[in-house]
Amino acid sequence: MILSRSRTGAKYWTQIGLLTTILTLMFGGLFATSASADSVGEDLPYRVQGNVKNEGTALEGVRIVVSGGGYTAETVTDADGKWLIGVPEKAGYSVSLDQSTLPEGIAVIEEGGAEQSVEIGPSGAVTKNFFIGEGERIVVSLFDQIIARIIYGLNFGLMLGLAAVGLSLVFGTTGLSNFAHAEMVTFGAVTAFFLGGVLSLPIWIAIPVAVLISGAMGWGLDSGLWRPLRRRGLGLVQLMIVSIGLSLAVRYIFQFFVGGGTNQLPGFDAPKIKLFGATSLSIIDITSMVLSLVVIFAFAWWLLNTQTGKATRAISDNPDLAAASGIDVDKVIRIVWIVAAGLAGLSGVLWAYFRPGIKWDMGAQILLLIFAAVTLGGLGTAFGALLGALVVGMLVEVSSLVIPSDLKYVGALVVLIVILLVRPQGILGRKERIG
Amino acid sequence: MDWSAIFSNTAQGLFSPATMAFALAALGLAMHFGFAGLLNFGIAGFMAIGAYGYAISILTFGFEWWQGILVSLVASVIFSLILGIPTLRLRGDYLAIVTIAAAEILRLLFLTNAFVDVTGSADGLSGYHNSFRAANPFPVGDYGFGPWTYNNNEMWVLVLGLLTLVICVSILLLLINSPWGRVIKGIREDEDAVRALGKNVFAYKMQALIIGGIFGSLGGIVYALPSSVNPGVYVTSLTFFVWTALLLGGAATIFGPVLGAVIFWVLQAFLSNVLPQLVSSGLLPFISSIQASTIRFILVGVGLMLLVIYRPQGILGDKKELTFVK
Amino acid sequence: MSSSANTPANPAAKTTGLHIGEIRPGVAKVDPIVTIDGVSRHFGGLTAVDVEHLEIPRGAITALIGPNGAGKTTLFNLLTGFDKPDTGTWSFAGHALAGIPAFKVAQMGQVRTFQLTKALSLLTVLENMKLGAKDQRGEKLLYSLFPFLWKAKEAEIEAKAMELLKRFKLDTKKDDFAASLSGGQRKLLEMARALMTDPVLVMLDEPMAGVNPALTQSLLEHVLGLKKEGMTVLFVEHDMHMVRHIADWVIVMAEGKVVAEGPADQVMKNPAVIDAYLGSHQDDDLGTITGRITLPKKGKK
Ligand SMILES: Nc1ncnc2c1ncn2[C@@H]1O[C@H](COP(=O)(O)OP(=O)(O)O)[C@@H](O)[C@H]1O
Ligand SMILES: [Mg+2]
Repeated sequence: MILSRSRTGAKYWTQIGLLTTILTLMFGGLFATSASADSVGEDLPYRVQGNVKNEGTALEGVRIVVSGGGYTAETVTDADGKWLIGVPEKAGYSVSLDQSTLPEGIAVIEEGGAEQSVEIGPSGAVTKNFFIGEGERIVVSLFDQIIARIIYGLNFGLMLGLAAVGLSLVFGTTGLSNFAHAEMVTFGAVTAFFLGGVLSLPIWIAIPVAVLISGAMGWGLDSGLWRPLRRRGLGLVQLMIVSIGLSLAVRYIFQFFVGGGTNQLPGFDAPKIKLFGATSLSIIDITSMVLSLVVIFAFAWWLLNTQTGKATRAISDNPDLAAASGIDVDKVIRIVWIVAAGLAGLSGVLWAYFRPGIKWDMGAQILLLIFAAVTLGGLGTAFGALLGALVVGMLVEVSSLVIPSDLKYVGALVVLIVILLVRPQGILGRKERIG
Repeated sequence: MDWSAIFSNTAQGLFSPATMAFALAALGLAMHFGFAGLLNFGIAGFMAIGAYGYAISILTFGFEWWQGILVSLVASVIFSLILGIPTLRLRGDYLAIVTIAAAEILRLLFLTNAFVDVTGSADGLSGYHNSFRAANPFPVGDYGFGPWTYNNNEMWVLVLGLLTLVICVSILLLLINSPWGRVIKGIREDEDAVRALGKNVFAYKMQALIIGGIFGSLGGIVYALPSSVNPGVYVTSLTFFVWTALLLGGAATIFGPVLGAVIFWVLQAFLSNVLPQLVSSGLLPFISSIQASTIRFILVGVGLMLLVIYRPQGILGDKKELTFVK
Repeated sequence: MSSSANTPANPAAKTTGLHIGEIRPGVAKVDPIVTIDGVSRHFGGLTAVDVEHLEIPRGAITALIGPNGAGKTTLFNLLTGFDKPDTGTWSFAGHALAGIPAFKVAQMGQVRTFQLTKALSLLTVLENMKLGAKDQRGEKLLYSLFPFLWKAKEAEIEAKAMELLKRFKLDTKKDDFAASLSGGQRKLLEMARALMTDPVLVMLDEPMAGVNPALTQSLLEHVLGLKKEGMTVLFVEHDMHMVRHIADWVIVMAEGKVVAEGPADQVMKNPAVIDAYLGSHQDDDLGTITGRITLPKKGKK
């Protein structure tokens, strides 16, 4: 899928080429690669390009951002007003022109404003020229921008939260830092794609079925792998590394089946509806947020009121005591795995709409953000993880107002580190006993 | 099936800059995890610092190649300090998350367009070889035999890489068999007990972090010496691969990491050659050659799992000396 | 220093005359080695330790007793720098210790063991011992690379370690991994390792727990031996037999506070102590419920 400059020919250079291929194959590892330069990503197979002019005068230094499918890149126009951004997929992208980089008194005067959607054409390229002229720049007030970002962040955070509570439950009950949780997220999306895209089931059937299959996968993982390993008495570090191995293996199994590219779920390109201020959401975004909220409330109710939910919290609190007081720990852990995998699967479907697109490493792209959420909340406390996810989601979105968009995950990671330093027990966690 | 090509490509995996780079990085991880018990999941970050530090000092600051190496090592020490001062007090799995996050932050900073003039952003860096090749003591010509035939520049990289590896192995041998190594291993077992005996645990962990980090950065430099610096390399998966090599050889051993790196690369070279050929010769039906090359990464993951479950001490490790105590 | 002599003929001879004035919790000592003032530690709403004033006598064996959860281990953690109190000051041999990290406290000669034994499992018994020795140049990073700089010291340490191991009957195990020792042997190893540091004050947290009864007598003698060598011992123990037999002074904690102190035989009769241990079961003798002697239980537990 990716152009590693081949260093073939010379003896051991092939070896270097091999590693480069291996690692570029992984395409950016945990995060989607984002890149930029005057004309950026020229080695990428597809391109979005344009020419920024005001009544025939080329405008230099205008900032353009292209994003979609988890990929973001930005550039500025050259002296001729030209720009070009390479993109990895033949898919839809959003192109936005940063009006604050236009000269005074000039604005984008086109319907839809400074952010437009484009689709890569059969030639492998698409040209987007903005209509620019004298006019009132439709200035979006900072306040409106922040509100919009907070709402996107909320959407992103809720989706992260679904994955984070599962990771946190598993950690709380078994002590496992499960790196393969990322693949449970991807699994939900891939399954939904298989059902909805390949088997053409209606999406409102495909998604619930995908979530159920994800839950079943959680059950399978617990009874086929994790429970036997717990029985063997593997240490926590050992288990963690097993989960890393599992994560690598499963990730490439996905790649084996769906390839290295991006696929879309039905309805991914639903139009954005302008709500208020600078906020516009598609029907999918709104459904996604409502669905997350409903599921999270149902989950909270389950955790607080049902027998199993209470037992889960008891085990997280003190496993020995819980076992001694007659709780069937193995059974509870099995249920926890099912719930965690189901929630992760749903989160994967929503992530596929949010990015948008299904990709073999899509879960791994947000794994560290999920970890950040769980850590922020206090390892092993489910509600903390949820709160952490909302904070991380909003932080990522809001921080992109001030830092370059290709660094927006850095803010969340820095916060993760800082939290671990000043309050290792997280926002809602407790200190552990020393000595 | 072209067995001779497969054999010769595989044989090259035995002795290549990539193998040495992995061996050095795995040696660094052995120091961190195998001996000091520090769960460092950010070794890719250390390697990136080595590679970028070397290339940037030459390209941006016009340093000589050996000055570039020194700059890299200083940068790696600074990274260790920044990483270690706040985090070495944390519990093991927290350290894992912080180091993996720190390495990702570093990678994103190397990748962002904000510093494109220095880092080359997504294109990476290349063309920093002049000073290094000017210092090449080997006259122009071919050296070695069979699959191991190299021109003078390649030879220079290999000899320097090997020398670095030998020095690092020797240093580790001396350190681990000294009273210093005893304290470090004690900390791995139970740092409170060592603290109660009056040892400054924090300082020892920091020293271990710095030394392992230097090994990792040297790995990054050796990896960058022959060709270019590509940001797509220093991803989290690189960290996991180095871990696989380490655990394969034996985490708490000194020669294990080297052996593990060699086996890892020989296997990778073998599979990457043999799998596509199996497809093209029809021996692996129903799959494309792209799918065939994916298989070897699936195997890395499965191999890592099996290793940790069934032979956590690695090939050279002693079952009793299993490092996964906690 | 204490007025009475340590008569070598009788190893269990008690040191007396340790205090000044009337015996009550917090009584001043003739020669205190540790002085604690207003030290408190809270965990959430729970007050684990709240000691107004306490002095530990130098050159004597002091037992710290109290029911489970009384705050003994927490007090140990606070004194040795493993935990930080919310309030208070304390000093060791005249040095104020607040804010001093644990390893420095240990270097000053105040060395502890842990209630949950911390043998370094994958180090051999001998390596465990050598780790305890102080002032090793070879433990410095740069020196460690040059064996000739530390080989001599290493031999010296080894001899000392072997001598201690012999005393603790662990010498035959010197090349075994500590992981292979029994629970009791690990306790012994931990104590022997602590002694490698040449401590001034030895703090033992439940040294008898898990130790084979056949070993208890020799353990008692080891502790008495420490006093003879001029060390001060502070130990936490539930075994009243041990407390009665070797402690010169007993401090009783309950619910974080020091409720009584005094020589062993007097403290055992103190109603506050009996109350702390027994609640309403006041007819029982302390030795029966906390010691190793198990008598048929009276009524419900
Ligand atoms: N880290 C901690 N977090 C919460 N509570 C603690 C912690 N350490 C000790 N405690 C509580 O403080 C009290 C005193 O404990 P401890 O000092 O271990 O008692 P002892 O050693 O006398 O049995 C107990 O109630 C215990 O549960
Ligand atoms: Mg205790």
